[in-house]
Amino acid sequence: MAEEQMNFRKSIPAAIAAEMRLNPNIILLGEDVGAAGGVFKTSLGLFEEFGPERVLDTPISEQAIIGAAIGSAAQGLRPIAELMFADFAGVTFDQIANQLAKYRYMSAGQYKLPVTVRLANGVGGGFAAQHSQSAENWFLNIPGLKIVTPSTPNDMYGLLRSAIVDDNPVLVFEHKGLFNVKGDISNERIPLGVAQVVTRGTDLTIVATQLMRHRSVEAAEILNSRGISVEVIDPRTLVPFDDATIRESLSNTSRLLVVQEGPAGGSWGSDLITRTMSDSWSLFDAPPRLISSPSTPVPYAANLENAWLPSVDKIVHAATELTSY
Amino acid sequence: MANTISPLFGHNGAPLSESADTARATLAGMLAVRQFEEAVDSLFARGLMHGTMHLSIGQEASAIGACAALEQTDFITSTHRGHGHCIGKGADLTRMMAELLAKQTGYCRGRGGSMHIADASTGNLGANGIVAGGIPIAAGAALAQKMKGTDRVVMCFFGDGATNEGAFHEAVNLAAIWDLPVIFVCENNKYGMSFSTEKSMKVEHIADRAAAYGIPGITVEGNDADAVYAACNDAVLRARAGHGPTLVENITYRWKGHSKSDKNLYRTKEEIEDWKHKDPIVKFENRVIELGVLTREECDAIAADIREKIRASISEATTAPDSDPAELLASVYRAIEGGN
Repeated sequence: MAEEQMNFRKSIPAAIAAEMRLNPNIILLGEDVGAAGGVFKTSLGLFEEFGPERVLDTPISEQAIIGAAIGSAAQGLRPIAELMFADFAGVTFDQIANQLAKYRYMSAGQYKLPVTVRLANGVGGGFAAQHSQSAENWFLNIPGLKIVTPSTPNDMYGLLRSAIVDDNPVLVFEHKGLFNVKGDISNERIPLGVAQVVTRGTDLTIVATQLMRHRSVEAAEILNSRGISVEVIDPRTLVPFDDATIRESLSNTSRLLVVQEGPAGGSWGSDLITRTMSDSWSLFDAPPRLISSPSTPVPYAANLENAWLPSVDKIVHAATELTSY
Repeated sequence: MANTISPLFGHNGAPLSESADTARATLAGMLAVRQFEEAVDSLFARGLMHGTMHLSIGQEASAIGACAALEQTDFITSTHRGHGHCIGKGADLTRMMAELLAKQTGYCRGRGGSMHIADASTGNLGANGIVAGGIPIAAGAALAQKMKGTDRVVMCFFGDGATNEGAFHEAVNLAAIWDLPVIFVCENNKYGMSFSTEKSMKVEHIADRAAAYGIPGITVEGNDADAVYAACNDAVLRARAGHGPTLVENITYRWKGHSKSDKNLYRTKEEIEDWKHKDPIVKFENRVIELGVLTREECDAIAADIREKIRASISEATTAPDSDPAELLASVYRAIEGGN
């Protein structure tokens, strides 16, 4: 199919529309997803094309939104529930953690829940502590959920389409700092659980998602100009996680740097380092490093917010240290 | 072989005590709940069953009277105190018993236990260990019926305690604004664990809360199977006709503690004894005998028949294979290795 240029924001309704045209059982529900087109304009045009029966505005009731998705999925629909800010998952944690994730298991597979939950994630310009978190880490310890963290318009588009057709609950985190990033869209689904090697390199492997992937690529260019060859890998989905691609890269580079937005405790980055050290100890020539945000809530002031996020400089510095180890 | 009590489906709205067939089915249903729970209570006491369970002994008219208003093709969501709802919707007693005994032949192959029995074959969308957790799910199941244009309804069971949870308010409001085919059946047994409804809410009746969502609410004598059926039948008809949800509050009482750890320190023996005199099964039996619909001997024969079914459920479930650790990873995800 022909590629077209599209920004991250527009790739979201494009993906939803592509799947909704194929399957009448797909519905979209959430706050302001209808005529308003979504708070982030990520459902623009869907209400006009599919009407109020398939694009449902809900009250500000996050538990009811996820519950409605669960119940309707158990009855054969394929709902896409939008939670607006990912932080609001806290309001409906029970429905996600205790209901959505466990329903299939507790019933020994009698019911399947093809539910997609869309959440706007991450630091996005002064939204402060309750609207800026990297909430994907909250769900890592809950078996039954798949977790998708796209970085480019094409990944956003292709992974969202795969999430919608997946027969399991999938949480899709849409990073607010990336909405205006432009890129080519191939109009294809991208399978969940397949990492992307963004740049090839031989001295160091950097693993990063979403905003940090872009900063890592920037850092890799600087490092390259200094003679350090960096392989940047974007796992694209945290559950399932493509460990094989990371291991393969490590077998060439022997050095691992994980760059992550959000505090280190209980995060995918810490988890990856633990797993890789346990499984592939012999591959390492230097101790792996995790660059993360400090263990504080996300601050409001632009200078504080900038200081909270791992910077390109920090990545370059850590990479240089690691390769001279 | 199926071991069920053949629930009443598609009844015409007349009182359950009025004809021999409906009286028989109602009595059999309530006795099945009572005897099933007495049996598991005893198995637990003798150390033959583990975990925990929540018994609904004393509340049988609520589950059976409400389910009698449904069609076979309708749906229910249930609670931690859900054995009666399962049985009322037609669950197999042996598969229920097997689940509680953690057997491979149980409804959830030992993954769920008492609090999580689901039975897709009878429209049981599952019991729930989280208070009010199933209420939003019921609204979702009803949304699917509305979207698909079926005339099926969802009966959503929950206790008085659930109506102080946010999920209740969110879900009832959603069902109300979308006119979803749900019947919200609150089994008000007077206590959320140890906290009495007098202390936990300022309104006199939980049904009063319906007004906040612009839907009908009705308070019913929950130990009277005829009264429960009548109110639920009206609510089902309303939902089926596309007029939206109703909140039915069945006033009842649990004779046993909240769960196996409850020593009843928050209520008096006199209060419990007083409610035992309002036994829903005795009340119904006396009525049908008085009306000449069934004889005492016929009632006793029904009880003996149920005893046989419960005995069979225990002996068959006990000899079934235990849950299989080789299947530990199955059913978390669909269509991956180890899943199904």
